[in-house]
Amino acid sequence: MAIRERMSGNEAVAHAIKQINPDVLPAFPITPSTEIPEYVATYIANGEIDTEFIPVESEHSSMSAAVGASAAGARTLTATSSCGLALMWEELYIAASNRLPIALALVNRTLSGPININCDHTDSMGARDSGWIQIYAENNQEAYDNFVQAYRIAEHQDVRLPIMICQDGFITSHAVENIELLEDDLVKAFVGDYAPAEYLLNAARPLAVGPYAISDYGMEARKNQEEAMERSRQVILDVAADFAKVAGRSYAYFEEYRLEDAEYAMLMIGSAAGTAKDAIDELREQGMMVGLLKLRVYRPFPEREIAEALRHVKAVAIMDRAESYRGGGGPLGMEVNAALFKYKAFIESRNYIYGLAGRDFTTDLAQQIFAELESLVVEGQQIPDYQYIGLRK
Amino acid sequence: MSTDISKINPATPYHQLTEALTVVGGGTSRQFHTGEWRTSTPLFIVENCKQCLLCTPTCPDSCIPVVEGKRQEFELDYCKGCGICANVCSFSAIEMKEGF
Repeated sequence: MAIRERMSGNEAVAHAIKQINPDVLPAFPITPSTEIPEYVATYIANGEIDTEFIPVESEHSSMSAAVGASAAGARTLTATSSCGLALMWEELYIAASNRLPIALALVNRTLSGPININCDHTDSMGARDSGWIQIYAENNQEAYDNFVQAYRIAEHQDVRLPIMICQDGFITSHAVENIELLEDDLVKAFVGDYAPAEYLLNAARPLAVGPYAISDYGMEARKNQEEAMERSRQVILDVAADFAKVAGRSYAYFEEYRLEDAEYAMLMIGSAAGTAKDAIDELREQGMMVGLLKLRVYRPFPEREIAEALRHVKAVAIMDRAESYRGGGGPLGMEVNAALFKYKAFIESRNYIYGLAGRDFTTDLAQQIFAELESLVVEGQQIPDYQYIGLRK
Repeated sequence: MSTDISKINPATPYHQLTEALTVVGGGTSRQFHTGEWRTSTPLFIVENCKQCLLCTPTCPDSCIPVVEGKRQEFELDYCKGCGICANVCSFSAIEMKEGF
């Protein structure tokens, strides 16, 4: 029987960590992710788990220590947000290229500046090319469920890549909501033990990790890494299917909410999807055919599946909670538009930047966007390719 | 995933390399002939050599073998052509020649 509880997103992830009892957690505090290592440190102090907690002096060090611990053969994780992720930059690539299945509990927060502690996706979007798998949550339940699935994906022999389990800062990480937890033994059985084939602390088989690669080898190594990311697509689905058997909750690359017969769609990541669903319900009652594509897996990017899911709509609003400063939209806008073109789903699309630095996203804004899409299609009204929504003008 | 490093070379297809280029097995640096980096090469002029052995300990890559108190011909597998040996030789018994 599932355990009904109420807890914040941070506590939910910490609870999953407690149930998994990983080997090593190097961490450095940064708002709003600080609570995760705090909770875990408490579990360790209480003797509930025997994870080795390493208090380090920076995030550069926490990810470096995670790289070392994972290479040594330990099931490893850390947690961070915002500038903490930015300070890990170099090691993110090292973790991925060395094929170390580290889990990172990322609590999304904007990057400076202006300095601000609230939610947007600037931090993880910046790391989108670092070679990490990225999975996002709408609420505390999904953050918990995603973390329980994380090691099964990352450690799979076809994958062996690090994984970021992302949730929205404060909105998800600190809001207390109802949640259904799995029993400890179910989680332990689902996640299983970690038994890497090669690891540094295996004295019987000497090993060098992260050697210098001359030009004869570097490109080949990167191709292998790219293929591992490609193979993770199937593993993510397989693990989700196994998880559904245990938990009764189903996951895929994305959730389609009233999308099947929709004429106008919204595509977004994270907690604002809950708001969009409310707006969609209200508009549906008024007879407007609207729906949502809530992206869960951003890396690997499910471009073909997104194009197929959107092919039948008349227009889609691609919602970015991050500015890319490329001049012309955010990262999702760029990638989803490319996917639509590549798979010849020639629908209207517009890119909206919303919710930066913790700006609220409301049902009114969502309805305003759907009204714009309709006026674009029905009346031929000019709607900018890309615009800020919820901005004072 | 692990492979004997000696089976890997610059002609190996990518899918036959080790995961993350991990090197399995110890003592493999001996197989890495860093002398390939050389752009100038020391020549041993044996008739000028007085066997003073000043050159041997100055070589950073241990490329001047000594047998029964006498230095032998250069072993160039790891010689990077730095020229220190030619510089310390007081008897013009080592000359640097351009090229590999």
